[in-house]
Amino acid sequence: MTDTIKSEPFVLNIGPQHPSTHGVFRIKATVDGEKVIDAEMVMGYLHRSMEKLAEERTYVQNIPFTDRTDYLSSMSNNLGYCLAVEKLAGIDVPDRGNAIRVIMAEFQRLASHCMAVGAFTNDTGAWQTPVMWCFREREKILDLFEMTCGARLTCNYMRIGGVAFDLPASFVPAARKLVQTLPGFIDEMESLLVANEIFIVRTRGVGVLTPEMATNASLSGPMLRGSGIAWDLRKADSYCGYDKYDFEIPIGYRGDSYDRFLVRLEEMRQSVKIIKQALDGLPGGPHSTQVPLALRPPKGEAYARVEGPRGELGYYVVSDEGPSPHRFHIRPPSFINLSALKEMTVGGSVADAIVVLGSIDIVVGEIDR
Amino acid sequence: MALPMLATDNWYDIRDLANLTNPLLDFVGDNISSELAYILGPLIGFIASFLIFVLPSQLYVGVYGERKLIGRIQSRLGPNRVGPFGLIQPIADAIKLMQKEALTPKLGDPIIMNLAPIIFVAPAVLLFAVIPFGPNMIVANVNVGLLYFLAVSSLPVLAAFMAGWGSNNKYSLFGAMRIVAMSISYEVPLVLALLGVALFTDSLSLQGMVLWQKEWDIWVGFLMPIAFVIYFICVSAELNRTPTDIAEAESEIVAGYLTEYSGMKWGLFYGMDIGYALAASAFAATVFLGGWSMFGLDKFIPPWLLLVVKTHLFYMLFIWTRGTLPRLRIDQLMAFAWKFMLPVALANLLLVATERMLWVDAFDSKQAMLYVFMIVNIAAAVGIVYVWARFLGYDPDSQPTKARLVKEAGGYVPVGREVR
Repeated sequence: MTDTIKSEPFVLNIGPQHPSTHGVFRIKATVDGEKVIDAEMVMGYLHRSMEKLAEERTYVQNIPFTDRTDYLSSMSNNLGYCLAVEKLAGIDVPDRGNAIRVIMAEFQRLASHCMAVGAFTNDTGAWQTPVMWCFREREKILDLFEMTCGARLTCNYMRIGGVAFDLPASFVPAARKLVQTLPGFIDEMESLLVANEIFIVRTRGVGVLTPEMATNASLSGPMLRGSGIAWDLRKADSYCGYDKYDFEIPIGYRGDSYDRFLVRLEEMRQSVKIIKQALDGLPGGPHSTQVPLALRPPKGEAYARVEGPRGELGYYVVSDEGPSPHRFHIRPPSFINLSALKEMTVGGSVADAIVVLGSIDIVVGEIDR
Repeated sequence: MALPMLATDNWYDIRDLANLTNPLLDFVGDNISSELAYILGPLIGFIASFLIFVLPSQLYVGVYGERKLIGRIQSRLGPNRVGPFGLIQPIADAIKLMQKEALTPKLGDPIIMNLAPIIFVAPAVLLFAVIPFGPNMIVANVNVGLLYFLAVSSLPVLAAFMAGWGSNNKYSLFGAMRIVAMSISYEVPLVLALLGVALFTDSLSLQGMVLWQKEWDIWVGFLMPIAFVIYFICVSAELNRTPTDIAEAESEIVAGYLTEYSGMKWGLFYGMDIGYALAASAFAATVFLGGWSMFGLDKFIPPWLLLVVKTHLFYMLFIWTRGTLPRLRIDQLMAFAWKFMLPVALANLLLVATERMLWVDAFDSKQAMLYVFMIVNIAAAVGIVYVWARFLGYDPDSQPTKARLVKEAGGYVPVGREVR
């Protein structure tokens, strides 16, 4: 009887149009029943050739491009690019500019993690409720961005040498008010999901990344910290005066999807802590140094990295003394974090593959650039 | 069995709506030629049931109420554009669905695929035949109503499988296989839970169960809490409600067996999903929550209204779980059915059978014994579930629910070595 029943594996295309691929990303999964026995990533559906286009535009004109790579964390992207060009041209940023950058980057991390946590819980099947709660809080943060720079998603706020505009007078009170309510929201999310038995069995032990696997695949951000590696560029390679602020690095236990979720929740708390300190110690003075619009940095190359919401976000810029970069390259954290997807999904079920993909927190705009 | 006549026979006595419809049907039967009567009779029944149940329940509790309530759970407003408070929304939805094109994929099997919605719809309507809405308001007072209900409520699985197979889509096939596997597993504890009820009330007729609950002034749901909870879980699995909606798991397999359906073909599935959920709720209200009786209140309030209200309140439980819980994986669901629910259902059956034996043999104070059983069973329910969960290795305190915190960046930090 046993050898008369045979089933053969078949290929299941998860994506490019699928509710849980968070954009146009495709997993070509070979499945044997419900079990995934092979997974191949297919990407490039959203390729816009940003790195090549950037070579034709001036340094300042490239800032809006960075908004559109990782569209859920435009502030962090702006920051990384501006840091790289500042490093190349040797420009200093005034203290107030740095503090504003920190506030914005941390608010962006909160907004992005709201999205990540919400979308992840949506992938586990919590039918839209957590994601709607997250959207509610994210809206409040985006309102602050709108108040500051007029845009909500693609902010284009950072400039080489500082930020585009000073904070409006109403920003600091509004930010303080929001920062007071945010920890309550994080507690609310915790009470809904963290001790939920269904959520735990769906995510515990799913997509386990050992510390060796995580470092070998050169992962970064919550993926790496979920595996128990205390690595955060804000502490390890401080920029924008992050070393002045008191915060901690949350790390996970076993490196499964649940740990990544816990790390993101805790990171939101730490971000709130940083924003509070930055708001308290907001210095006066100019928000930006004067930088010529047609910037021609000296010949050379520079790589600057920031701890984006998804991990190490690096920008590599080469100058040949022209008005536009000779070479422009982005190290997108989602793309590199995705390289561990196959190891994590093979052997699990289709439902697990979706949970793992959700826990990586990809943004396809950044993967394909 | 002599039914206690609560309401008068006058046609204007709305406590029993059969008073209103029966004279009409009699009139049709007496005065109109038989061929026409076969058309008019069902038409009257259809209009009556539509006005009493389908319109308020299916459209307003099932579609509008669910969307509104889930909207509130998700801190949204829900539909509020069409008509006052969005009240016309379900009708607008239905009109939209009818206008849309019902596609059949080129590689699908059109016969199987188009037959599936029809097979899906029919049992949902048939299920209500055995639900007693009042002392006289029952379409078919079958003495094996329970068996009839269980048998008919398993039919939609066939339709869902046909839909999944006929669509010729891998996601549809996944959904179809999942629903078949799941409903086979969950039927077992469901039947075992209901067996205890049939045993105690000494009846397989739903009307008999209601009368038993009325006679002894106790609801089976309180007398057998385990059976009630098992019924709720199993039925939500069979109805594809979150947390057990794996057959239509949106985030995994797009829409399961409904992936290739569109227009009114999809609309039939959607509408009848609500129909099944309402039938299951009405069944739960009848078997576990006293049906149309309510501790003597049914003398004053129309019994059918009591049943409808209980049905809707039970339906709220489905909406509530849907709005709050994540979804289980298929192997976890299977394990839950076989490892957890089946033993608990068997333990419950043993407990109930013992109590039934004691109760039947008792000469006096039978009523008091029922209340003692109720307290014993509620305690036993908590005990059995706790002990069995611990036996299977459930330990909620063993898992950390907060990330570790470290002060300095560095390499790998083994568990327990973090320095605060």
